Amino acid sequence: MPYNQSFLLLALSVAILSACGESKKSVNSNIDELVVKIGAAAPLTGPQAHIGKDNENGTRMAIEDANTKGVIIGGRKARFELISEDDQADPKTATIVAQKLVDAKVNGVIGHLNSGTSIPASRIYSDNGIPQISPSATAVSYTAQGLKTAFRVMSNDGQQGKALGEFAAKILNAKKIAVIDDRSAYGQGLADEFIKSAQANGAQIVTREYTTDKAVDFTAVLTSIKGKHPDLLFFGGMDPQGVPMAKQLKALGLNIKFVMGDGGYTPKLLNLAGDAANGVYASLPGVPLEQMPGGKDFSQRYEAKYKQPIQLYAPYCYDAVNVMIATMQKAASADPAKYLPELAKITHGGVTANIAFDEKGDIKGGAVTLYQVQQGKWQPLQTMGGNTVISAH
Amino acid sequence: MDTLLQQIVNGFVQGSVYAMVALGYTMVYGILGLINFAHGEVVMVGAMVALSVIQLLIDSGLPPLLILLISLIISIVVCMALGYGIERIAYRPLRNAPRLAPLITAIGVSIVLQNLAMMFWGREYHAFPSLLPNNSHMLSGAIITEVQILIVFVALGMMGGLLLLMHRTRLGRAMRAVAENPSAAVLMGVNINGVIAITFMLGSALAAVAGIMVSANYGIVHYYMGSILGLKAFTAAVLGGIGNMRGAMVGGLLLGLIESLGAGYIGDLSGGFLGSHYQDVFAFFVLISVLIFRPSGLLGERVAERA
Amino acid sequence: MRNVLKHLSSKNRRSAWLTFVVFAIVLLALPFFTDALFGRGWVRIVDFALLYIMLALGLNIVVGYAGLLDLGYIAFFAVGAYCYALLGSPQLGLHLPFWIVLPLGALLACIFGVLLGAPTLRLRGDYLAIVTLGFGEIIRIFLNNLNAPINITNGPQGISMIDPIRVGEFSLGNTHELFGLTFPSVHLHYYLFLFFTLLVIFISLRLEDSRIGRAWMAIREDEVAAKAMGINTRNIKLLAFAMGATFGGLAGGLFAGFQGFVSPESFSLTESITVLCMVVLGGMGNINGVLLGGILLVVLPEALRHGSGPAQQLLFGKTFIDPESLRMLLFGLALITVMLWRPAGLWPSNQRRRELVTKNDSAHL
Repeated sequence: MPYNQSFLLLALSVAILSACGESKKSVNSNIDELVVKIGAAAPLTGPQAHIGKDNENGTRMAIEDANTKGVIIGGRKARFELISEDDQADPKTATIVAQKLVDAKVNGVIGHLNSGTSIPASRIYSDNGIPQISPSATAVSYTAQGLKTAFRVMSNDGQQGKALGEFAAKILNAKKIAVIDDRSAYGQGLADEFIKSAQANGAQIVTREYTTDKAVDFTAVLTSIKGKHPDLLFFGGMDPQGVPMAKQLKALGLNIKFVMGDGGYTPKLLNLAGDAANGVYASLPGVPLEQMPGGKDFSQRYEAKYKQPIQLYAPYCYDAVNVMIATMQKAASADPAKYLPELAKITHGGVTANIAFDEKGDIKGGAVTLYQVQQGKWQPLQTMGGNTVISAH
Repeated sequence: MDTLLQQIVNGFVQGSVYAMVALGYTMVYGILGLINFAHGEVVMVGAMVALSVIQLLIDSGLPPLLILLISLIISIVVCMALGYGIERIAYRPLRNAPRLAPLITAIGVSIVLQNLAMMFWGREYHAFPSLLPNNSHMLSGAIITEVQILIVFVALGMMGGLLLLMHRTRLGRAMRAVAENPSAAVLMGVNINGVIAITFMLGSALAAVAGIMVSANYGIVHYYMGSILGLKAFTAAVLGGIGNMRGAMVGGLLLGLIESLGAGYIGDLSGGFLGSHYQDVFAFFVLISVLIFRPSGLLGERVAERA
Repeated sequence: MRNVLKHLSSKNRRSAWLTFVVFAIVLLALPFFTDALFGRGWVRIVDFALLYIMLALGLNIVVGYAGLLDLGYIAFFAVGAYCYALLGSPQLGLHLPFWIVLPLGALLACIFGVLLGAPTLRLRGDYLAIVTLGFGEIIRIFLNNLNAPINITNGPQGISMIDPIRVGEFSLGNTHELFGLTFPSVHLHYYLFLFFTLLVIFISLRLEDSRIGRAWMAIREDEVAAKAMGINTRNIKLLAFAMGATFGGLAGGLFAGFQGFVSPESFSLTESITVLCMVVLGGMGNINGVLLGGILLVVLPEALRHGSGPAQQLLFGKTFIDPESLRMLLFGLALITVMLWRPAGLWPSNQRRRELVTKNDSAHL
């Protein structure tokens, strides 16, 4: 039977390929050294690959820094290893990746990028008692599941949407607001919270329109928004949509304030939108990098190392790793069972903010800074919420 | 009233974009009866190649229009070569295979092209420099930009050119002969392989033009841009009757109009229950209704079924 | 599988029983071997492979047997998954047991299958493909948007904290000690999925050899002729959609219970295409082929993920291309080469193979 043979051949090659994957793990290291494995998970292929790679870069940098600096945990010199996995922004793949990281006996996980992947994966980390710090998942439900292992260093949609709504209604004095969201978990969640907060602060939502996270043409929804005469447009979504949206706003002669969340605060937005970017507002959780100790240094070193500016969440990944390492040092152990209780109590000065977690695992305080594009550059306008209120102007 | 007119203009421009891509699908389908699922990716490659050429020449001091022309030519040539290669490697060996086999190779080709593009041009979005003058004009209350006007005319021009080619030239006659009955065409001395290869190359050249026009309009390119555009264009081609050039144009424009009017008015029509997030539902609903009454699309002549 | 069943009824019973027993032992021990050799992540991959096999077998009825090209098949998977998620999670506050929810999901998917089938009866080939594609997208868009004005599906946020599959106090979500062996959650799910997969295989086999199966194949080959032979093509086609959808809904319910979280992004067009690739790549209309296709398309990308980095190290001494980018590239190349090498799939049905031989005589494009 030739079919059986070909099947055998394929099965064999698959087995060999997968065996290759296993063979490298048996490298023996120095006995005195404590090997600490940090897992990282983000989409490294697909439409969000550029942001996923940015996360991986941030995580890698923190780990390499720790290795050059030399970290002692419980009297032993620690060597950190990065195990990076591609979750393809797919919930199903995320659970496989999570299980693999668990199998690889990682001491902690930095990830995932999206809420849709962080949530299903969190159950597996929790079952195995492995601490997970997401650098960028913002859905409120991620930490609302009651899992002891789920943390994040990023303000959630509730915290950020609240700040954005206040900002729009109070500081930008918007009376009539139009809202668009991209129907992704991130965009919809943020837009919902924004609306609540804006309404609570006295603004009126004149219309709510929708698009997708793959669209490039928004003329139809923008035209119908134009008919409602708002003075501000809020978009819950990412920069690939924000850029053409900003351009089409101008092309349609709709000269109103345009506000986005952290999905808009990217160097790409400046670079892609050109002139259309001027005047765009966006928020970013945490305090401006330049104002944080070590923040400016971080961004310079990142650019030198990866030959590109920070895309979005790399500093948060960097912080997440460092919080984890700091906790391990404090607990004098890299054993998840030992340092997990300490993680809930730690305070750590990161490059994005001073990090401490509340009882759910959300970042405490959750400062949000608002920025505007002025002369082709992101300028911080105001930091809201959090323990330290820093105003740039 | 202005809003309605603006929505119609929006729909027309969006529809022309779909039509440009749909023409490529329909042309290959008309001759071969095969859905070239990789067509969307060829559009993407066309845009990406043009971007690279423009980035290379932008500081050379050449006039912008000349740069655009050079990039257009290079990207057409690259896409034609690509189209030829795809046909030669992924489709020609499967001409006698079961109908779904080329569908799978087409999906394979899409994945390969996407990932090669990702390795070559990177994971991030790129800005597509605006080389064309892009001023806005008022058209009795509605605003339209120059690039958008150009898109509508290029789409119409493409369709007109293809119709002329199909009905006024020897090559067109050969193409129609192959579509009608390949074995009879062979007996009449038509070089089938040659004709099919030319069909693919022409389709890919159209894809390159479409890629550049789309990028010029939205100002943003990404290695993933082909898949969603290809899907919409495929829908448009089926709506108009796949295999029919005029059908692609009509289907494209209609889909564009449905989408923009749907997004604009669906909320008011449904009393606020449905909103612009049901735009695609609306579009598919119209498509399904059309197909129930005209099972081979608006202008499709024959039931497209390969035995 | 088919061979095993056929053998059982043949004269050579002893060797047949022996094969059967060996087969059964291998299947039963598989999660333990996989766990020991490759790690628990791979048991999870095997679990997903079983789910995909169920999906592929369901789609095989529609595409493989009845010849109806369905590009929106994942919608039925979504219906089953959301049915389970809604009735067994805090979302609506209902916590119905799985033995009610699972059949209900399958039934609901079946109804949706008929709903989809009814308007598309007149459509053929590529027109049917686009309508089914549209149907799949419509379902996904509704799931994604039905969080307002009344929150039913929780929209893009998805539904989390779904109840695990549980009988009384015995929850598949936990690790259990039985007969001196430790059964982690992934192993327990494996046995459950294996049971359902075997059930689906069994039903498929029985259908294939039945009057209905022959009617499907008659429609696939020539609908007009089938009608002339007195086959009620309308009902038979609807039955194909309904059967296929039922299997999809069943797999969906199991998925929701296993994953504990569902969100609309799991049910995109890409998933439909993946399942279709399994059917076509393996061999349409042949259960062995579909099984092979399902296993390959789940295992191959995972194997490539793990193999491509170290393989480069081995060959060139360093990693040239990012293994993650390479993985999908190789997957695409594999699709192309397999199809070129075996246009009817890796393991085509006997009938298909015969057709291919005769069809080569008449030149058609």
